[in-house]
Amino acid sequence: MSKPPTASAPPRALHRPLSPHLQIWRYHITMFTSILHRITGVATIAGLLLGAGWLVALGATASGICPEAYTVYLTFAASPFGLLVWVGVTLAGFLHLTGGLRHLIWDMGLGFDLKTSNLMAWSGLLTAVLATIAVWFYLFATGKVVL
Amino acid sequence: MVELTLPKHSQIRNGKRFKAASGTKNVRVYKIYRFDPESGENPRWDKYEVDSKAHGPMLLDALIHIKNSIDSTLSFRRSCREGICGSCAMNIGGRNTLACTKGWDEFSGEITIAPLPHMPVVKDLVPDLSGFYAQYASVEPYLQSTTPDPQKERLQSPQNRDKLDGLYECILCACCSTSCPSYWWNQDKYLGPAALLQAYRWIADSRDDQTKARLEALEDPFKLYRCHTIMNCAQVCPKGLNPAKAIAEIKKMMPGK
Repeated sequence: MSKPPTASAPPRALHRPLSPHLQIWRYHITMFTSILHRITGVATIAGLLLGAGWLVALGATASGICPEAYTVYLTFAASPFGLLVWVGVTLAGFLHLTGGLRHLIWDMGLGFDLKTSNLMAWSGLLTAVLATIAVWFYLFATGKVVL
Repeated sequence: MVELTLPKHSQIRNGKRFKAASGTKNVRVYKIYRFDPESGENPRWDKYEVDSKAHGPMLLDALIHIKNSIDSTLSFRRSCREGICGSCAMNIGGRNTLACTKGWDEFSGEITIAPLPHMPVVKDLVPDLSGFYAQYASVEPYLQSTTPDPQKERLQSPQNRDKLDGLYECILCACCSTSCPSYWWNQDKYLGPAALLQAYRWIADSRDDQTKARLEALEDPFKLYRCHTIMNCAQVCPKGLNPAKAIAEIKKMMPGK
């Protein structure tokens, strides 16, 4: 037993620490895909901005404001790092698409039992990865993209 | 508000290790969250080496064994030991459950036991649930009808009674609400899965005619709509209920109210 509080040391009874949450939680697949849906949403917007950058570079070159802009943009976009970014944007887009479909189904009040929920989460991940591989396989196979 | 780490005074230090007598077989290590409100010290992880043959099959049996024979200062709530009172809800092995219906042999290796997540801790495994109960009270969880009381009970067709299955069984253990990241970050404004499941239990009841008022009370950016279908509630419910589905049903009813 600890000593009773004395007058000089007031009771600390109101000190209530916050119990651990993320520190101890073991994720379910649905929690993982839920967080992933947010992250991929942000990443997809970043991808759209990069796409908009292509238009800005095109305009800057065509109008003569900055004649090198388009070449600079394409040099970045076709560099290995640039390609990695595009692959990431593609994957994020497909993950956000399958995540969006899953949430659409849930918002209709369907697919809430745990087996269906887990299956939808796993199959969304798998579909997005396969779709990304398929897109980039097509781009490389047809010579639209070369390293 | 989202805060990914624990506040300074809540961070957990390493604590004591209670060794089993040498030669003990079937030793299982329990890593248990300890907080003593009288010491003013930070919480700590104490480790107990327990002879699994010395107690019954459930984790609550292990906790009672620790309290009775190893360390009597350990505090936790328990009552019915058969999954109907909801007192022994806690986080075991990283997920919320009832200690009385979870077998220790369902885990391998060291078993981590903590209070329900993201709640103020009174002592050890005892969280302060007063906010949780206030949220339950706020949904007015009782029959409300403008028709005069009948001579006998209010009748309900078997079909309408069926609509309450999966809703009335809730024991208010708080496993679901304290599993929900939305509830972790916004429990001052978001009602959480348990209160919303009970809100829907009365919305779905054919004998209650305050459906419109109940829906209007929930139509709020936080009270209801902080649910983002993360599904932790349904994943951890020790009674196998699905608060996420009940919340989706409430959302579906909103445009037509």
